[in-house]
Amino acid sequence: MEFGFLVYLSKSWGLFYLLALFIAVLVYALRPANKKRFDEAANSIFDDQDKPCR
Amino acid sequence: MLAQLSFRERNLALCAAGLVMLVGLLVTAVGWQDLIAVHGVIAALYTAGIIALLLKHRKAPAPSPERLKEYYDDPTKIGILLCLVWGVFGMAVGDWIAWLMAYPDATFDAAWASFGRIRPVHTTGVIFGFGGNALIATSLHVVQRTSRARLPDQFSPWFVLLGYNLFCLLAVIGYPLGITQSKEYAEPEWYLDIWLVIVWVAYLVLYLRTLARRQEPHIYVANWYYLAFILVVAVLHTVNNLAVPIAVGSTKSYSLFSGVQDAMTQWWYGHNAVAFFLTAGFLGMLYYYLPKCAGRPIYSYRMSIISFWGITFMYMWAGSHHLHYTALPQWVQTLGVGFSVMLIVPSWGSAANALLTLNGAWHRVRDDATLRFMMVAAVFYGLSTFEGSFMAIRPVNSLSHYTDWTVGHVHSGALGWVAFIVFGSIYSLVPWLYKCKGMYSKYLVEIHFWLALSGTLIYLISLWNAGITQGLMWRTYNESGELTYSFLDSMIAMKPYYIARGIGGFLFLTGACLALLNVVMTIKQASRESSRSDASTRAAAVDLPVAGAPQS
Repeated sequence: MEFGFLVYLSKSWGLFYLLALFIAVLVYALRPANKKRFDEAANSIFDDQDKPCR
Repeated sequence: MLAQLSFRERNLALCAAGLVMLVGLLVTAVGWQDLIAVHGVIAALYTAGIIALLLKHRKAPAPSPERLKEYYDDPTKIGILLCLVWGVFGMAVGDWIAWLMAYPDATFDAAWASFGRIRPVHTTGVIFGFGGNALIATSLHVVQRTSRARLPDQFSPWFVLLGYNLFCLLAVIGYPLGITQSKEYAEPEWYLDIWLVIVWVAYLVLYLRTLARRQEPHIYVANWYYLAFILVVAVLHTVNNLAVPIAVGSTKSYSLFSGVQDAMTQWWYGHNAVAFFLTAGFLGMLYYYLPKCAGRPIYSYRMSIISFWGITFMYMWAGSHHLHYTALPQWVQTLGVGFSVMLIVPSWGSAANALLTLNGAWHRVRDDATLRFMMVAAVFYGLSTFEGSFMAIRPVNSLSHYTDWTVGHVHSGALGWVAFIVFGSIYSLVPWLYKCKGMYSKYLVEIHFWLALSGTLIYLISLWNAGITQGLMWRTYNESGELTYSFLDSMIAMKPYYIARGIGGFLFLTGACLALLNVVMTIKQASRESSRSDASTRAAAVDLPVAGAPQS
């Protein structure tokens, strides 16, 4: 494997894959349709639990 | 505790322990001339102890099927105790080597007690012994509660916990004997590395099986962090430890990589050990125990997701900042700088998320030392990730590298962030597990908090001063272009800082001893109270899984 090829790979596909990933994460996290399940998940740790500690 | 195992699980445990014992004896026989025999004998004795315990309970009546309707917390209970014992041991060794810096004669003229051999005992003791047991114990607790499902079986959590502690024990005994492959935070030799892979795969499978049984539609974010920790550590550990032993009956092996490739692989591992062992797993702890203890849901669940993917994908590239100004190509160093600086975004995302969760509950933080431990952990997480990004920049690194600033930075993360979140989590988890109102003594928790905080601050401030002084002394030239100070001059200038650091470490160690005492007393008190009250009324508590385990 040539050095130049590695640099080409990281400057093209490497960049695109990280950007695409970033966009995918933003879409998943900020999509209004997901808000309800995220709110439920955040509150889920308080459901049906005993509270002997505090 | 062992009577809770079904007959099948007892037999499985006997087989597994017997197999490990057999391997230990085999290793002893094959490597009789080598130090590996010491490890073989210890492994055999360790498993012999487990077998003796199992045989003692072999005839115990079969456990009631009612147990499958409750969460399985026995491994978590033992894990917490192991975590604290390792913590006290590892921190005591750490303070000893801290005093060695100021008083180098304190090795008692013994080769085994020299700094180079004792230091990995400290690092393995605190990172893997203290931190690792805390991660295993809490992850098994969190995954059950957030999935509302019991662990799928009772054998594999014990295999993971006891197998992991065998690894730590053999590693720590090996270093003073001189058994090391000299890779930082990856010192154990090839055969221990193979054993850890087996244990770790069992851990991953156990975690995934529990998640697969979950009764919640969404996997709570703490599990994402724990899972990233388990998965990535498996990958890092395997790749960095690729080595060829010189013989089956020998401790010695040679790395598959050489030169700068070896260095890059090691620091790719080393930095991600910090990222995924010392950060991702403990963020899992933070995202569960902090909101739970504060009684408020995490401030922004969305931000926790974005931070998660930021951390998992960017940390992977940051390791090369450990090799600035070396034979490593300049562009690889620059890549490391870029990703290190970007990491500030997801890191501060998590730190801010934790602090904003507490916003509105500051009176609780003021009154409750447990919550205050977690608050300080989040602050130090923010501080040390900022410091880390800053130190990764090449010109800053030219001042900080090879100085005690680096050691100070590591401890701002390890003491201020990791240990604080562990203590906070343990103080909220122990009363929960033992079904009592609170810790044995909340005053001891309070004293521990202030000991830990003052110890950490004394430690950090002395080493920041030490590091910057060293860095400046090493680069001061006189008019004729010669170095103004010899290396020895900088050593002598360090002495007051090293003494201060030893004192700070001692305060922190004292706090850890109090934590162990407090937890043991809480357990004793709980067992006294439970023997008095009717067991059936306690079983009526609501902390129950929706999905019980399949009958076995």
